[in-house]
Order: sequence, then C-alpha cells, then structure tokens
Amino acid sequence: MVKFSDRTMEKFKSVVSKYPKKDAALLPTLWLAQQEFSAITPEVEEYVAELVGVSPVRVQEVRTFYTMYTPKPLGKYHLQLCTNIGCMLLGAEDILAHLKGRLGINVGETTSDGKFTLSTAECLGHCGTAPVIRINDDFHENLTGESLDKILGSLK
Amino acid sequence: MAILTKNFEKKSSYTMGVYEQGGGYKALKKAISEMKPGQIVEEVMKSNLRGRGGAGFPTGKKWSFIPKDSPKPKYLTVNADEGEPGTFKDRPLMEQDPHAVIEGSIITCYAVDIHTAFIYVRGEYAKSIQRLRDAINEAYASKYLGENILGSSFGLDMVVHRGAGAYICGEETGLLESLEGKKGQPRMKPPFPAIVGAFQGPTVINNVETMAAIPHIITNGGEWFNNLGAPGVGGGVKLYSISGHVKRPGVYELPMGTTLKEIIYEHAGGIRGEKKLKAVIPGGSSAPVLTADEIDVKMDFDSLAAIKTMLGSGAIIVMDEDTCMVKALKVLMKFYAHESCGKCTPCREGTGWMARIISRIHRGEGEISDLDTILSISNTINGKTLCPLGQAAIGPAISFITKFRGEFENYIRRGSN
Repeated sequence: MVKFSDRTMEKFKSVVSKYPKKDAALLPTLWLAQQEFSAITPEVEEYVAELVGVSPVRVQEVRTFYTMYTPKPLGKYHLQLCTNIGCMLLGAEDILAHLKGRLGINVGETTSDGKFTLSTAECLGHCGTAPVIRINDDFHENLTGESLDKILGSLK
Repeated sequence: MAILTKNFEKKSSYTMGVYEQGGGYKALKKAISEMKPGQIVEEVMKSNLRGRGGAGFPTGKKWSFIPKDSPKPKYLTVNADEGEPGTFKDRPLMEQDPHAVIEGSIITCYAVDIHTAFIYVRGEYAKSIQRLRDAINEAYASKYLGENILGSSFGLDMVVHRGAGAYICGEETGLLESLEGKKGQPRMKPPFPAIVGAFQGPTVINNVETMAAIPHIITNGGEWFNNLGAPGVGGGVKLYSISGHVKRPGVYELPMGTTLKEIIYEHAGGIRGEKKLKAVIPGGSSAPVLTADEIDVKMDFDSLAAIKTMLGSGAIIVMDEDTCMVKALKVLMKFYAHESCGKCTPCREGTGWMARIISRIHRGEGEISDLDTILSISNTINGKTLCPLGQAAIGPAISFITKFRGEFENYIRRGSN
C-alpha cells in the first residue's frame, strides 16, 4: 500500500490548512503524490481520495483532466517541446525531428534506458525566445539542433 | 518606458531588500495609513486601468461589484495561468518582480475588504511559483501579510496555487473550479464571480499585470497612470509580448495605444532577414489575424475591436511572407481542440472537426468545400458556448480563411504550399 513519508505528510497537512475546504487541496495533494511516488497510479488515486475526503473517481477525473499529472513513471528527464505557433514559426518541427532521430523514440515514448521521455507541449509562455523546450522544471530557449545536443549531452 | 518593468534589470530584483530600496511597499503604507478603501477604488477607476488578462474589463468597476455586506468570506484570485499562445509578459513580472504583484494584490484586498488571496499560477511556471512563494514568506516576515498588517486592523493571507496543465483554467470560472480541486470546466454565468465565486463567496479575479500596476496608481494617482497611455487613448502602460519573425522579440512596456506598426518596426526591429510582413495576430492566438496592410492600428482595446479583432493579452505574433497560413492555422486548431474542456457540445465537437479538417487540408487531401465547412462549424460555435474558448477558436479560423482564402484554395488545388 502507498503511503506518504512523514515529511510529505507534514507538507500535506500544511497545504490543507490553507484552503477553506479540504477537497480544494486535491491539486496540490496530487502534486505531492506525484513527487513522492513518481506517478499517479490507481492505487495512488485511492490513497489521495482518502486523504482529501473525496471519491476515487473524483481524483481520477481531475488527474486525467490536467496534462501534467502522469499515470505512469516518466524517464529521468522529461523533454517537453513546445510546438505551438511561436515555436512553430521558428522551427520547432525541425527540432522535433532532430530529437526523434537522436533519441530513436516517438512522441509519448521513453528511451529504453529510462533516461528520456519525449513529449510535445502547447504554448509554454516563452515565445520571445522560441523555440523552447522544458526539461523537467527547467526551460531551455532559442534552441538549435546544436544547442540541444549540448544540453542533452550535459544531462547525466 | 519603465514603470512595471523598472526592477527587471536589477540584481536580485525579486528580493524584499531590493524591492524596498526601489520604493517598494510604500504604496501599501500610503494606502493603509492615508486612504479609505473607497478612495482606492476611486483612484483605480480614474486610472482607466482595464484588465490585462484579455477581456479588458475596467478594474475599479469590477471591484465595485463586490457586495460590501457579504455574510460569506470574499476572495481575491490572481490569474497567473498565462497560457494564451504568444503571451509571455506575466512570467517576467512574477520571476523578476514578485513583490510588485504581491503589493498590488494586498492593496486590492484592502480596498475590497478581502482577507484571503490565491495566486493561481500555471503548473509549468516552476520558477514563478518559487519566486512568489519566497516573496510571500518575506512579506509575512515584514508584516505586510498576516494579521494586523502595518499595525492596522486589516489582515490578509496569501496562497500560491499551482495549476497542472490546462489552458481553460485561464478562463475565470474554470480557474475557480480548479482552485476548488475540480476539473477546470467553466461555470454558467450569471451568477458572476463578483457575487458567487471561489467557495461560493464574492470573488475578485485579476490578472498579474493588472495587480502589478496598482502600487503605481496608488503612489502617483489614477490620473497620472491614465495619462501614460497614448494621446486620446489613455489607460496607462501595457506590456506587449512580441514573437515570431521579428528581429528583436520580447516584452515591451509602452503606452497603451502604441501602434502595431511602431511596435513591430521600431521596438522589435522589423522583420527578420528583411522579409516582407504577411500577417500579424495582435492579441494572442484567439485574436483574429490582421493582414500586412492593417497594422496602422493603435494597440488598445477599443481601436482593435473597431477593426474586428482584439487586444486580448497584448501578445503580438508576427508572420513573414514565407509563412504557410494553412500550417499556422492547423497548429492553432489542434491547440483549441486539445484544450476544449468538453463541457459544451458546439465547442467540444466543433474544435475537433475543425482541427481534423485543417489537418486533412495540410496533408494535401483537402477539398475547396472544406473551407466553407470550417466557416459553417465556426458559425455553429459562435455564441453557443458557456465560456469564450469556442469563440477564441473561431477567431483565427474565420479570419485566416476569409483574409487568406486565395492561399488556402491554392494549397488545396496543389496539395501543398
């Protein structure tokens, strides 16, 4: 059975106290769960449901509505390339082709060594420095094939 | 012009020390010690400040709709779910000057008698979230937040709420649903959030840039702010995000009502590679596109509405003569289909059809009649959805196809561009 560590449980209690209703803490609790368990599996959904006092189906409904909660563990580095208009105009398609070639995977897949998961994303709010990729929580801007190779090479 | 952006270049601009050195939190002190809440609302009305999220509703007027004698707690929700494609002006405010956003929010709460504020930040903006959380902790330590702020009887708590990836949560009632721990599906209006908002209480929802303008209005007066706008326009300064095929993309702080031509050719340096301009989206991807000969227009709410487009978030997306309009529209339609929340049938089904049809055209399998089918679907969505997402999707669909019909037809005949 899944269970928060003591430290995460403390964080959870603090989060819940900030909202007028317990179930309003569902999104932040899913964030905590994703950090702790790497993915929001059905088992995690049930655990979160119990924590915030809602039905498991409500948790699943919310988890599937938002793109940033993942039902299965991602690679060590989650590559999210923006392909919306600002990045498209400045060559995001070429960058995507370059990434697929280099990693040997398609969008939505993870490399066999578990290092990289490749995704495309809608506008990430960095259009002034397009094309942009989000790798885990960090943004890398003004991408070229060359700069991307350097970035990927530096990720251990 | 550097008012909202005045701290951006300073080292450690996001810390309390640097913010206070530049005069930060003096507006809050003035508001609490010298002004009655009603005076603040009045000053904001005089400033002609209109909501910077996209709808452009007058901020002071919005505040005045909040019932004074509500038995239920009232809330402020700062909309930091910046997701309109082309928009990247709230992020630098949160990353470089989070205290300005916080100070404006505290003043807003004081003016409207609110004691709990949430800042709803899109999930991808991890750095903005961290900077805001750190700044809020500093503000509590300096007694700008918490109980008895600056020795007054006014108290306020402020919480950063992280979104999780959904464009629809930038729509104010979708945002409220999400804040309450649900799917971000918009609510029926009325009741408007000012009456029944977060947790059923009266709620003010304001954009990040709107909040950042408040301290300046309090310090220098509403009239001063209004006069910062272009002559005959007013309404203060505006952060314009400009992207696409320009030499110097970025965020520019300029008088509200600066012309689109001036922004593209003077501030952003013109088109890359000395190419010709083909098209511009003036206010984020939902704003109907303009052709190259329509750019002699003032960038303010009314001037753009007069030529049937909108200022929206002030996000300018520039496309040069080599841009394939079929591909550009395909990317946008895919976006709206992906982001439609699924609640209203015309939007849920219509955005999906439009995306599939334009993709088919892009693959070279289109027919001329497909263009009229897209226009007909747009007509079916028009005015028949609870929230503006459906409307946002048909803005580009109709304008791209009607203004660049020749290019679309040629593409269909040839099967490529």
